[in-house]
Amino acid sequence: MGEVKLHGFWASPFSHRVIWALKLKGVEYEYMEEDLSNKSQLLLQYNPAHKKIPVLVHRNKPVAESLVILEYIEETWPENPLLPLDACDRAMARFWINFGEQKGPVFFNLFRTTGEAQEKTGEEVAQILKTIEEKALGDNNFFGGNTLGLVDLSFGWLPHWFEVTEQVQGTKLLDPTTLPRLHAWAQNFKQVPVIRDNLPDPQKLSAHLKRLRGNLLKN
Amino acid sequence: MDKQSEVVVFGTWASPYCTRVTLALKLKGIPYQYVEEDLTNKSELLIQYNPVHKKVPVLVHEGKPIAESLVILEYIDEFWNNCPKLLPEDPYERAKVRFWANFYDQKIAPATLSLIKCKGKERERAIADCEELMKVFEEGLERDYQGKSPFFEGENISYLGIVVGSGSCNYQAFNEAVAVTFDAEKHAAFVSWVEDLKAHPLMKEMLPPHDKLVAKIRHKFSLSPEPQA
Repeated sequence: MGEVKLHGFWASPFSHRVIWALKLKGVEYEYMEEDLSNKSQLLLQYNPAHKKIPVLVHRNKPVAESLVILEYIEETWPENPLLPLDACDRAMARFWINFGEQKGPVFFNLFRTTGEAQEKTGEEVAQILKTIEEKALGDNNFFGGNTLGLVDLSFGWLPHWFEVTEQVQGTKLLDPTTLPRLHAWAQNFKQVPVIRDNLPDPQKLSAHLKRLRGNLLKN
Repeated sequence: MDKQSEVVVFGTWASPYCTRVTLALKLKGIPYQYVEEDLTNKSELLIQYNPVHKKVPVLVHEGKPIAESLVILEYIDEFWNNCPKLLPEDPYERAKVRFWANFYDQKIAPATLSLIKCKGKERERAIADCEELMKVFEEGLERDYQGKSPFFEGENISYLGIVVGSGSCNYQAFNEAVAVTFDAEKHAAFVSWVEDLKAHPLMKEMLPPHDKLVAKIRHKFSLSPEPQA
């Protein structure tokens, strides 16, 4: 105890990726909630390059960037592996994690636009979701196969966060009729105990996202 | 299948992302076959091997394709886990190199590309953005590597040497062809790391030839053959 600390933010899906990984591995940690409008000296000292959460601190050494943190957790606590053993399968997992990271800005565009601009972005997002469903998930229960893995954690913002965001931004892209397998995965994902017990309150999240979107649309 | 064709790399000679892969294979002594792609007329094979992005580089090993340069580097290091290693052994050191590789790909490279494409007032803003990022990058690397070059691991080129060097070692070609992408005088440490890396025999072998690259960059960014006054 005290050996592992996590600086995070309650509404952040990036923060939650790290929480889920630590919990899946049974790693005890101390959580420090950051006020993003008034970041702690510690956070700024631990992540001077980005000044962002999440930051994992292990034995006083900080690791920043959620996907870098996930790989660090996987290597430091190898029990309950979250990546496949085979090098080729690991490469495929990393490919899809990278794909999600590359496409993040498109989803953000959806969030901060309205009308025609949003509609156009919506078409792009629909394509991305289709690719994820057909090529990354396929017929598996999870991206990791039969069990949860790092790819599932990296897409863990689609269930819950994207669902709430869709209500706020007025879209209906992650739909059971157009994306039955991805939609099913999202529901299954949220039922996994570690995930289910570590999600932000949906009402609080909705209010937070409404505020954020309001600010973005003003500018 | 003979040893030579066991590993195939699809790439383009001017792409630093492709240089990352061929450099890594050479460093580890892995024989490979190289296929030069014409990006204006991509081969059927490339599209088949990388249907999601349709980009280079792609590494094909025993018929299985792997795309995205950083994913390929991790694969190479894991499958051929002989020395020299591409990534450090220690998880914390690995996190550091992954962090800075990510910073370079997510921040430095796009900002540099923006700068090259911008004109007029936008370019001023882009120069300032690049400068700010370079400052963070250089200071961060100095702090994390205690002033030593992050581009070497002993005598061998390190992971960051491969990832960052493949692009940054071409800075003079970019300066000549399009624009000064960072102020060398403000970044003496970074420039010294890059120059040391450029002098390494393997880097000399694998980097694209300067003049050819200058012409290519000019053509790519549709500039006149004469440099700006």
